Amino acid sequence: MKKLSYSIIALLGFAMVLTSCNPKGDNSANGALSSSAAEKVYVAPGEHDSHYAFISGGYSGNLTVYGLPSGRMFKEIPVFSQFPTNGYGYSEETKPMLETSYGFIPWDDSHHPDISQTKGELDGRWIFINGNNTPRIARVSLTTFETEEIIEVPNSAGNHSSSFITENTEYVVAGTRFSVPIPQKDMSIKDYKGNFKGALSFISVDPEHGHMDIKFQVLMPGFNYDLSHPGRGKSHGWFFFTTYNTEEANSLLEVNASQNDKDFIAAINWKKIEEYVNNGGGTMMPADYAHNVYDEGTHTATSTMKKEVRVVNPSEVPGAVYLLPTPKSPHGCDVDPSGEYIVGNGKLSANLTVHSFTKMIDAIENKKFDGDAYGIPILNFEDVLAGSVEQPGLGPLHTEFDGKGNAYTTFFISSEVVKWKLGTWEVIDRKPTYYSVGHLTIPGGNSAKPFGKYMFAMNKITKDRYLPTGPEMEHSAQLYDISGDKMELLLDFPTHGEPHYAAAIPAEIIKKNSKKIYKLAENEHPKKALSDADTKVVRDGKNVHIYMSMIRSHFSPDNIEGVKVGDKVFFHITNLEQDFDVPHGFAMIGANNAELLITPGQTRTLTWEPKKVGVWPFYCTDFCSALHQEMQGYIRVSPASSNLELSWSLGE
Amino acid sequence: MKKAGVLMMLGSLLLLGLYSFPLWNIMLGAPQYPEPLGMNIHITGIQGVSEFDIQNIDGLNHYIGMKTIPKPEEMWEFQTFPKVIGGMVALGFIIGFLGFIGRISYKWFLFWFIFMSVLGLLGMYDFNEWLLDYGSNLDPHAIIKVTNPDGTPMSYKPPLIGFKKLLNFDVTSLPHTGGYMMFVGMSMTIIAFFVGKKEWKAIH
Repeated sequence: MKKLSYSIIALLGFAMVLTSCNPKGDNSANGALSSSAAEKVYVAPGEHDSHYAFISGGYSGNLTVYGLPSGRMFKEIPVFSQFPTNGYGYSEETKPMLETSYGFIPWDDSHHPDISQTKGELDGRWIFINGNNTPRIARVSLTTFETEEIIEVPNSAGNHSSSFITENTEYVVAGTRFSVPIPQKDMSIKDYKGNFKGALSFISVDPEHGHMDIKFQVLMPGFNYDLSHPGRGKSHGWFFFTTYNTEEANSLLEVNASQNDKDFIAAINWKKIEEYVNNGGGTMMPADYAHNVYDEGTHTATSTMKKEVRVVNPSEVPGAVYLLPTPKSPHGCDVDPSGEYIVGNGKLSANLTVHSFTKMIDAIENKKFDGDAYGIPILNFEDVLAGSVEQPGLGPLHTEFDGKGNAYTTFFISSEVVKWKLGTWEVIDRKPTYYSVGHLTIPGGNSAKPFGKYMFAMNKITKDRYLPTGPEMEHSAQLYDISGDKMELLLDFPTHGEPHYAAAIPAEIIKKNSKKIYKLAENEHPKKALSDADTKVVRDGKNVHIYMSMIRSHFSPDNIEGVKVGDKVFFHITNLEQDFDVPHGFAMIGANNAELLITPGQTRTLTWEPKKVGVWPFYCTDFCSALHQEMQGYIRVSPASSNLELSWSLGE
Repeated sequence: MKKAGVLMMLGSLLLLGLYSFPLWNIMLGAPQYPEPLGMNIHITGIQGVSEFDIQNIDGLNHYIGMKTIPKPEEMWEFQTFPKVIGGMVALGFIIGFLGFIGRISYKWFLFWFIFMSVLGLLGMYDFNEWLLDYGSNLDPHAIIKVTNPDGTPMSYKPPLIGFKKLLNFDVTSLPHTGGYMMFVGMSMTIIAFFVGKKEWKAIH
């Protein structure tokens, strides 16, 4: 009995040690950590963040702009989706941006933003992003932060291994995820194997205006092309694509596309194919695809339907394409800043495979091939392997680099980021993510010159990270300080949509170029109204064109009569302000589209089809001035049979 | 009077700065204008500090019924001032040169300085009169009418020099590069007078 009570006292004492010491220890550790982390992400009111992060919106179809290290969201840039907030995709000027060979498409799934580069370094002129579902590539200006151009990619389906750009923005590259019949035709799905093809598109970028044009498409075997990245430095001129489903299965891919021990990284010598094409090589094949360009002068987009595209069969250009065996359905395909290492993130592999560009060239020169696939030489795995990171985690997806010889890989299944060393392949550090991380981003982390201070992980699952908001939640992201040996978790912030990837850049590279206004003197919109003298209402059959201007705090004209039921009214509205951050909005009762948000110097057009007789108001939606509430007007709508002439006025 | 003559010539030539640089500057900052709007007052007209400042100042001023900022052709001053300054530069330079070669007395330097100072004071008076009219001659139909506690309409006259709070705007009015060049130039002419006096005594 005595013995037992001693034991109990001893146990109690042990328990007290546990309860008294541990929480104290944890608290002090957390306290110190959280206070320094708070300082590192605190951007005082009125101060600016040090970096921009452009985070794809996934199924929002758009691109969001964040600040680092604060994790504050500054803007949502509409790209592939209609955006009633400012009228993108609703106004007559922007509707053509969403035209495709399938007609007007108001949505897409945007995945991989990439910032333009010069000599392998971020130059901050444009950001490109892919539309996954109806294959398209968009170019967004980093002076206006508006979508300036969208080109559809024919022969492609599930535009996933996109939009990655070469060292001098010579090309933005778009690879297909799905292989499909090229050209499309009515055939049995079961005949996939050997008949379907995967198109890898090289879209040239005009160095001055950024205008895109599909230079050529490489028609590859019917694998799935998952992700890609350009060579840089010594490997400039090459492009690398991961593949899965080299089994060429057409059903139950989760099983049937996971059978091969190794899939491939396809290495494409695009310089060689470019030369071939410049000498007339390749075949022009019929294709339908839209090319939509927004003109900053006319503030208007135009859509052109293109009718053919140049395709190249790899067998026509010997020495241009090789296959590098890579274990287990690799997902991310990442090239280190020197261009030597190509990381194949084999998502079902226990190890992380790194190929050597030098070894690859050596194997090619010595013709050390291990057979071929549809005529494309396959290299020996051992001949091109630089090394592997042994057992780093479960489900590697993506790798970025800090420019100091370290790589950071996300592991989806074990939900963590692992830091490892290039060359020695040793694991240096690992930190959990919350939860199930997809991509990660280091500013410039996929360029020749990363800015290795911050890294953020974009997660697929949020669960308990924030206050619950019902079954649907925004996805979480975590920001880490990677300036030291060990990564330090600084911040947890929600993202918008379903972010896949992000591109980040030091703020000083682009903030000075951000446009404040559009100059009225440079407005070339055919229906602009630059003064009260320009304002008018013109009838053209059933169409009524209203040339209107807006300035604090009135519309001109603001009383309009003579419109009839059955008319189609076009409000062409010019914002006469030339002052930073003074947009005006325009909303018309019963308009079946959206509002317009018109920035200073811009002209926008909203269409309205009046259905009811009466006097109907319109107003400014953006609280523009002390007399914003007075910024309003009326339109009189008469019966279709009315003979009332058009009239308009202001202040009478 | 070699030294004094050179000083006199250089001093008067510095007034040429008024053709390139603003004489005066008025900046208007407000909570909504962290980057203030500004007017540069040249002897040839009023210009915005940034491209659209004048338009934006006029836009804001219409609420309180102020007139738009005058264009060069709307004020006789902007035709006259350049001629007066040109004349004074020429006169000062000639006086300096004649002093340099010993043909006239140092007293002429003082004469030029006093003459220039009187013209300057008249100019300042005229400028202040314009500011007064600009700030208080308001449209009776103004959207916003603010009155002083005694019931008289509030004046929006910017200060001639220094700082003043006008509603939500912080207004700062100070000489600008051209103005400073004029002050330095005029100071040089008064120095020229004293140096000339010394040199004159040494010779005579």
